[in-house]
Amino acid sequence: MSNGYHIVVCGSLVPDPLQTLEPVTTPDGPGLKNESMLPSVLDPWAAHALYEAAHLAKSVPGSKVWLVSLGPKAKLQQLMMAVAQKASFEFVAVDGSASGFTDSFETAQALAKAIESIAGLDRQRLLLFGGCSSASRDAGTTVGMVGALLGIEEQFLAVDEIVPNDDGSFRVKERIEGAQYLVSECAGAPAVLAWATGNLPEPPNNPQVGMANMRTILPALAKAQAAGNLRGSLRFESVETPTQRRETRVVKDAGIDEIAQELAEWIRG
Amino acid sequence: MTDSNPGSAKPTLKTLPGDDVRQILWRYADRYDLQMVVQSARSVARGLVARLVAEGARHSHEWTPDKQRLLDAMDEAGITAVAIDPEHGGYIPGPKNLALALVAFELSWVDAGAATASLAGNLALAPIHERGTPEQVAKYMGGAVPAAPGEDRRTLRGAFALTEPIPYVGVDTNTMAGRVRVAEWKEGEEPMLHVDKRGRFITNAAFANFVCAAVASDDPRIKGSCMIILEDTDEGVWDPGSPTLKLVHQLSATNDPIYSLKVPASRIIGGYTVQDGVIVPNYSHAEVIEAVFRRTRVTVGLMTAAKLLSAVEPVIRYHRQRFRGGGQLQPGSPRYELGIQQREDALHRLVDVWATGEAAASLGFYTARLFDEFDPLEREKDRLFAERGIKGARAQLKAFAAVKDAALEFIRLEHMPADKRDTARYEELLNDTLVQFVVKDALSQVFCPATKLWNTGVGANMMREAVSLMGGYGITEDCPGFLGQKWMDAQLEATYEGPEAVQRRQLTVTMVNDLFLAQFRHWIRQMRQIAARKPGTGACTLATAMELWLWTIEHLQKAKDANGDTLYHGQRQGVAFPMADALSWLLASRQQILDVLELEEKGKDNPVLADGFEGTVGFLTDLCHVMAARASGEVGRIAAELVYGYLRHPSWDGDCDSCFRASELEAVASVVPGFDSSPLEVIQDDSSHADKAGPCVRFPGMERFRELRLKLDGCLTGARLAKDRAAAALTEVMIPEALDYPR
Ligand SMILES: Cc1cc2nc3c(=O)[nH]c(=O)nc-3n(C[C@H](O)[C@H](O)[C@H](O)COP(=O)(O)OP(=O)(O)OC[C@H]3O[C@@H](n4cnc5c(N)ncnc54)[C@H](O)[C@@H]3O)c2cc1C
Repeated sequence: MSNGYHIVVCGSLVPDPLQTLEPVTTPDGPGLKNESMLPSVLDPWAAHALYEAAHLAKSVPGSKVWLVSLGPKAKLQQLMMAVAQKASFEFVAVDGSASGFTDSFETAQALAKAIESIAGLDRQRLLLFGGCSSASRDAGTTVGMVGALLGIEEQFLAVDEIVPNDDGSFRVKERIEGAQYLVSECAGAPAVLAWATGNLPEPPNNPQVGMANMRTILPALAKAQAAGNLRGSLRFESVETPTQRRETRVVKDAGIDEIAQELAEWIRG
Repeated sequence: MTDSNPGSAKPTLKTLPGDDVRQILWRYADRYDLQMVVQSARSVARGLVARLVAEGARHSHEWTPDKQRLLDAMDEAGITAVAIDPEHGGYIPGPKNLALALVAFELSWVDAGAATASLAGNLALAPIHERGTPEQVAKYMGGAVPAAPGEDRRTLRGAFALTEPIPYVGVDTNTMAGRVRVAEWKEGEEPMLHVDKRGRFITNAAFANFVCAAVASDDPRIKGSCMIILEDTDEGVWDPGSPTLKLVHQLSATNDPIYSLKVPASRIIGGYTVQDGVIVPNYSHAEVIEAVFRRTRVTVGLMTAAKLLSAVEPVIRYHRQRFRGGGQLQPGSPRYELGIQQREDALHRLVDVWATGEAAASLGFYTARLFDEFDPLEREKDRLFAERGIKGARAQLKAFAAVKDAALEFIRLEHMPADKRDTARYEELLNDTLVQFVVKDALSQVFCPATKLWNTGVGANMMREAVSLMGGYGITEDCPGFLGQKWMDAQLEATYEGPEAVQRRQLTVTMVNDLFLAQFRHWIRQMRQIAARKPGTGACTLATAMELWLWTIEHLQKAKDANGDTLYHGQRQGVAFPMADALSWLLASRQQILDVLELEEKGKDNPVLADGFEGTVGFLTDLCHVMAARASGEVGRIAAELVYGYLRHPSWDGDCDSCFRASELEAVASVVPGFDSSPLEVIQDDSSHADKAGPCVRFPGMERFRELRLKLDGCLTGARLAKDRAAAALTEVMIPEALDYPR
């Protein structure tokens, strides 16, 4: 492919999963205790999507990556101090709640609007990336809806691999039930790829890459539009943590069987 | 689901202070480059470094492939290049003291050995950076930038070799066994030198490919001493030597190397001239070392600060969870929820650890910033001196003395309200490089040793408290946060790059510099003004303690002991050293207060901080008060011991102005009614007296001191209430579910 892809990654912040996450009622509805004070990380699935996007852009000359984030502006800025070091991208920010208690449809609309207004984005070359899931709301529907709103019909969910061909077409490996993969050939962009974990390790931080990205990040934050009400007509009757208590531990070198066994026991309660 | 706004109790600390708070406190909120360096160093620290420690990499003295991975990770994460200027391939423009301090802080949060590995590389480059010729700077700074993938060159990694096998250089760096002599000197060519240097405890020597070695001349054709660059490809013996069997910092490589090499004279750091057939190095080894250590010691101080602050979360978690499990306790019961946090002493001690960590970080980061301001001034001063032909220590001192009065005037103007001072004169002095240089120099000469001394010395003691709070777990390798290792590591930080005695020795001279004392006097007033606005900070307590210190240092410089000997001088370490300690307490406490004020000022408009801001500021203010009280206590104790301790106690049979014979007393009382009820010392007619060493002490001229001591005691009012509040906050603060690095 001569021109390369225009890869737009949708991804925002979630509270650091090691933090204590306790639901509380706030004047604006449900939230997490001390939510605005908790340190954030890039949503892990979106992070995989970003690393894959950067990798793809490197291997297909002429490609370009945008990261579109909907989140509280000031918190996004802090997040970028780490995320901007991971890969080269142009940043687009939308100021609004990244809470798990917003509606994925409203969120998708705000993201689609932001993507539509990206100057220089060639929608015919667009690969819309994002997470197939999220560490906050975990509706698993957002990226698909953004794609639909942008009129993209080729959609791949729970993607673990993309292999580009020279003619712009590509092969996609998607996770399906029973630990199986579905392999599809796609004729080319535009397409939606909602990522599972991919295959790439987290890139090391590189402050030099980060400082180069800051050239677009700061202006993007300055002109970030407010997303408005992201809860739509959504109402929460009640919110509670699962009855199983989450005892977070950091364990090294556990075998797959051991992890599976522990998870099964935890789910049984 | 609980209510986020239960009642209207006074806000308290909701979560552990995060990056947003730290960036304001330590003044890099507008430095994105530094914020990124922090994140980058953190990911290496809490990733690879933590895994290596958890996997037992500290158990070997050798430099292993695993430890080598650390260097690669630091290269990859941009840590190695932080010290290097952009024109040589680095990416942070301008002075880098704060940047390097932040890197050391982040790495030491997990393991200070890793920080030392990084620091030692910078230490090796520092002589070249500070005093090297342009060619040396280009070659070694450029070469130290990690080679990019595919680039055909090896990355230069250095070591700094000063310390030698006993009995040579250690604390007293003047006596050296390392030698340099002329090996060959052909007419019209660059002389070739032969260098013999044996090092002891040289960090990075295991893998370094160049070394900056301190050597003295062994040849009438070379003058004095110098630092010289050796490379592993030079002709002769390059033996990295055996690893030091150290108990600490095992993620850094320490060896006793042996070098016997032939090198060109152009390797003399800073270059040389030939005068009457003699090679005269432009800088002696002592001049180079002075320029280097005054910067790198600050970084070491921050290593210990990081340890203290890193201890807070593991201790809170351990205390809260102490009695859980086993099924006997129900969630919700105080014993289940709070565990050891039900006990006041455990809380109070953690408050002390935390307050010390805050003060140490505030002091260290301030000093790093001070050097960031100082560096360009120093370069400008060097340029001016070169232009005016001012060379050598004596000529420079003369030039400094000439601007002393102007510097004192500047200090006075600077502390006046802007609308009351002569603006034109102030601006003139503000733009006078030499004036600014001597003013900042006076500060840096105090703050650098104070940071190294206080942070590491008091920090090591405080780390012991932190370890104690973890019980038996604290002294196992499994202790979360590696607290036991950190305690022991802190002792090295108090030792290398000049142990405490060296810092105290420097302070002995620099803390009585008029230019420092003039600034110190203004700070007393500044603390009172702060106290008037914010009574809860402990600033008033501190102001009184500062007054007491000032009175004492002035007194000690004039007074003599019971034997008529001068009290304050360089050799009388028993007098000067404790005063250096006392001053360091004051400086740390003051800096902590100033940082919290900055947070209050700048943080109030920050939307990320809006939630919980009042509680965070309130808690940090209480920690300031706790620290101010502790610092004042130290100052009071030290001052009283020095002021009185060198006087001879009055005795019953010596000259005793306040002693009366019982019969005398009776006679006077008959004339002056009530005289016998005043506090007098009575010696009975049979020469017996009250059971004590002698009449109570009363020395003329000490009234002000007694007044200040008494006042200081009263100034402690409220300090324990602040401690109680801080302790209560520890029981409520939300902490993460798990530590973000393994164990
Ligand atoms: C792990 C490690 C890494 C090191 N890395 C390096 C390195 O990379 N490069 C390098 O050159 N060196 C290095 N050193 C050496 C280190 O800097 C010295 O050990 C340190 O400066 C103290 O010198 P010393 O051990 O000779 O102590 P000594 O000089 O023997 O001093 C011991 C003690 O005696 C007392 N004392 C000595 N002199 C005085 C005095 N004048 N006044 C009052 N009291 C005094 C003090 O209590 C002092 O602490 C390292 C050391 C270690 C342990």
